[in-house]
Amino acid sequence: MKKILTGNEAIARGAYEAGCQVAAAYPGTPSTEILENMASYKEIYSQWSVNEKVALEVAGGAAIAGARALCAMKHVGLNVAADPLFTLAYTGINGGLVVVTADDPGLHSSQNEQDNRYYALHAKIPMLEPSDSQECLDYIKYAFQLSEDFDIPVLFRVTTRVCHSKSLVTLGQRQDVRVKEYKKDVKKYCMIPGFAKFRHPVLEKKLKKLRELSNESPLNQIIWGDRKIGIITSGISYQHAREVMGDNASYLKIGLSYPLPDKLIREFAQRVEKLYVVEENDPYIENFVKSLGLDCIGKDAFPICGELNPEIVQRVLVPEKEQKTYCVDVQVPARPPVLCAGCPHRGIFYALKKYKDAVVTGDIGCYSLGILPPLSVTDTLICMGAGISAGIGFEKAFLQGDKDTKVFGVIGDSTFFHSGITSLIDAVYNNSKLAIIILDNRTTAMTGHQENPGTGKTLDGDISPVIDIKEIVRAVGVKPENILVVDPYDLVQTQEAVDKAYEAVEPFVIIAKRPCALLKEVQKQRAKLKCAINQEKCTKCKVCLRLGCPAIAFKEGVMTIDETACNGCTLCMQVCRFGAIERMSK
Amino acid sequence: MTRSLILAGVGGQGTILASNILAQGLINQGYDVKMSEIHGMAQRGGSVNTQIRFGKKVYSPMIASGEADLILAFEKVEAVRYLNYLKPGGTLIVNDYEIYSTTVLTGQEKYPTDVLDKLKDTIENLFVIPAAKIAKDLGNIKAQNMVLLGAAVKALGIVVDTNWQDVIMAYLPERYHNVNIRAFKEGIEAV
Repeated sequence: MKKILTGNEAIARGAYEAGCQVAAAYPGTPSTEILENMASYKEIYSQWSVNEKVALEVAGGAAIAGARALCAMKHVGLNVAADPLFTLAYTGINGGLVVVTADDPGLHSSQNEQDNRYYALHAKIPMLEPSDSQECLDYIKYAFQLSEDFDIPVLFRVTTRVCHSKSLVTLGQRQDVRVKEYKKDVKKYCMIPGFAKFRHPVLEKKLKKLRELSNESPLNQIIWGDRKIGIITSGISYQHAREVMGDNASYLKIGLSYPLPDKLIREFAQRVEKLYVVEENDPYIENFVKSLGLDCIGKDAFPICGELNPEIVQRVLVPEKEQKTYCVDVQVPARPPVLCAGCPHRGIFYALKKYKDAVVTGDIGCYSLGILPPLSVTDTLICMGAGISAGIGFEKAFLQGDKDTKVFGVIGDSTFFHSGITSLIDAVYNNSKLAIIILDNRTTAMTGHQENPGTGKTLDGDISPVIDIKEIVRAVGVKPENILVVDPYDLVQTQEAVDKAYEAVEPFVIIAKRPCALLKEVQKQRAKLKCAINQEKCTKCKVCLRLGCPAIAFKEGVMTIDETACNGCTLCMQVCRFGAIERMSK
Repeated sequence: MTRSLILAGVGGQGTILASNILAQGLINQGYDVKMSEIHGMAQRGGSVNTQIRFGKKVYSPMIASGEADLILAFEKVEAVRYLNYLKPGGTLIVNDYEIYSTTVLTGQEKYPTDVLDKLKDTIENLFVIPAAKIAKDLGNIKAQNMVLLGAAVKALGIVVDTNWQDVIMAYLPERYHNVNIRAFKEGIEAV
């Protein structure tokens, strides 16, 4: 049966067909839907973990115990999970272990565009790169087999365009795989120095064999066309190149991209006139080709930064082809993403705006939008957890410079569980006077509403204990009088809390608790709550526009509220000094 | 030959649902189909676009500038944003509908007033459709995506090749079938 699937759906399907038994992940674009789809197969135990490191340790433990296990994350997640990854390469596995890294060339939804192919090289584990949904399914099955054949974790590298594009896939049956027997073997699985030093040469031996395999693997194949141009490529770049050149070039399509196939590359290079390497981001293949002493054109012609597409490939390979199109003289306004109408984060950012002298260290989530005008309060955004820890650094640096600038650290609920707890302990332990604001919107919102330890539900929808953020904050030593829980829809209460935090000289925590406005049950509850402008009272002072609410507009000289978007949060009503905004119940 | 389409709109307008229905209808006709979309940040009121390519064998899911046979714009300035993808002689369908971005709402930028006039002067195969109004008159403004889908299917000349009604019903809960199918039919009539 053929079905149109995204790469992520196909990865989940492939894992199901491969007999995968355990899967773990932390959500992150563009990888999130892999685990969401895994959860639809009841034969697989799937879980959201609190972060990528934990997810990989869960999957790694499951693999050593004998299960076929998969772990998925976005590219920056692998930085978090790198610690277990490097040592799992030494221990090897028992049941197959596949680690999916979803890279984001073009930074559609990420803070950098790091090229995770280097992780395979660095951690010394084989890597596969599918180029469409069918290959996602087929290669995952191959990955589990490869993992078990070589007793090694396999890195499965995809990119946004592979994850989120859809193409036709032929579905198969689930393979009947049993959880293998686990035998205690401390010399293999306990990496104390005395044992680990013997595992390193074992790993090097595996890599030698994998190098041979790479030259013979069906995943690395030559597709002959015109031999004037030869293109070495992998992943989505292959599809772009083939689209542009068709039969007017020959291709060495690389699916097993670590270790790279040296003999095959030499053979291909000898039989074509001009050799190109078409790859996104870093010159990973190109550097290897050049290390073989072969001439090729790569990053001299193709960009390192950003995503590739057929147009860029065409400009390099077929520069004579003209691209004609239309153009009209209209200044198109930018349309940046914004905090939604009724977003509970807005109240906190509005209250923080009062303190122009303060520094606000931000974190990863919807609330990163607090950077943009008109709120414009956030100073830094680096990675998960840094909303708190970078704030500690700011405060200590200011102290060293004899300044008493107030620092606020802002972090979301899911992000707090991910990496904020250790940072909070650091703040308490080191007597920081950082004011921390935990934006608890009761979900992992940015990636599309995944459950987390605070929501009381697992990935499967099963009931689990609700982990109380306030109790954690108290338990790590923040004094009870320095912990405030506020409703960010209540601007007076929120402003009072922020004012108090500003004055505090000890670690201070505000928990802004209000569920995401887009949660289905919230939308249902608030469906009839609306605010409207009383045009007679409105002076058009535009103070309400400073909230940056997409439901409020100044159109044709009149202030309006879009009632389909408004959820009656009443922030605009609370900032209006003329009583011109009224609450209505439809 | 491979044909290429772009559906462009604003997060929340239902472009992805329309794209899914269109892609499934094309698969039912036996085409190889690839479709590309971007999730994530774009959901939050940002500009969104889906690219669909279909033919005997499709490689890249992405469209180069000047290669789109059809652009289906769910919002006026979004038509202009993606116009450089349109092939000479290609078709542009525009929803006569405005959504202000925050940069406009907060007065940093102005929403252009002459979009349709300029498009009329430039694009030979242009259809301006009051999809939002048609859907609102039918009782649900959210069905504007089905009006536009109907228009696209008509413009592509593939109305009779698939039982579109069945595909639409497969993608929507039963209580929305009636209004969406009526919206789809009005879209066909509008081209």
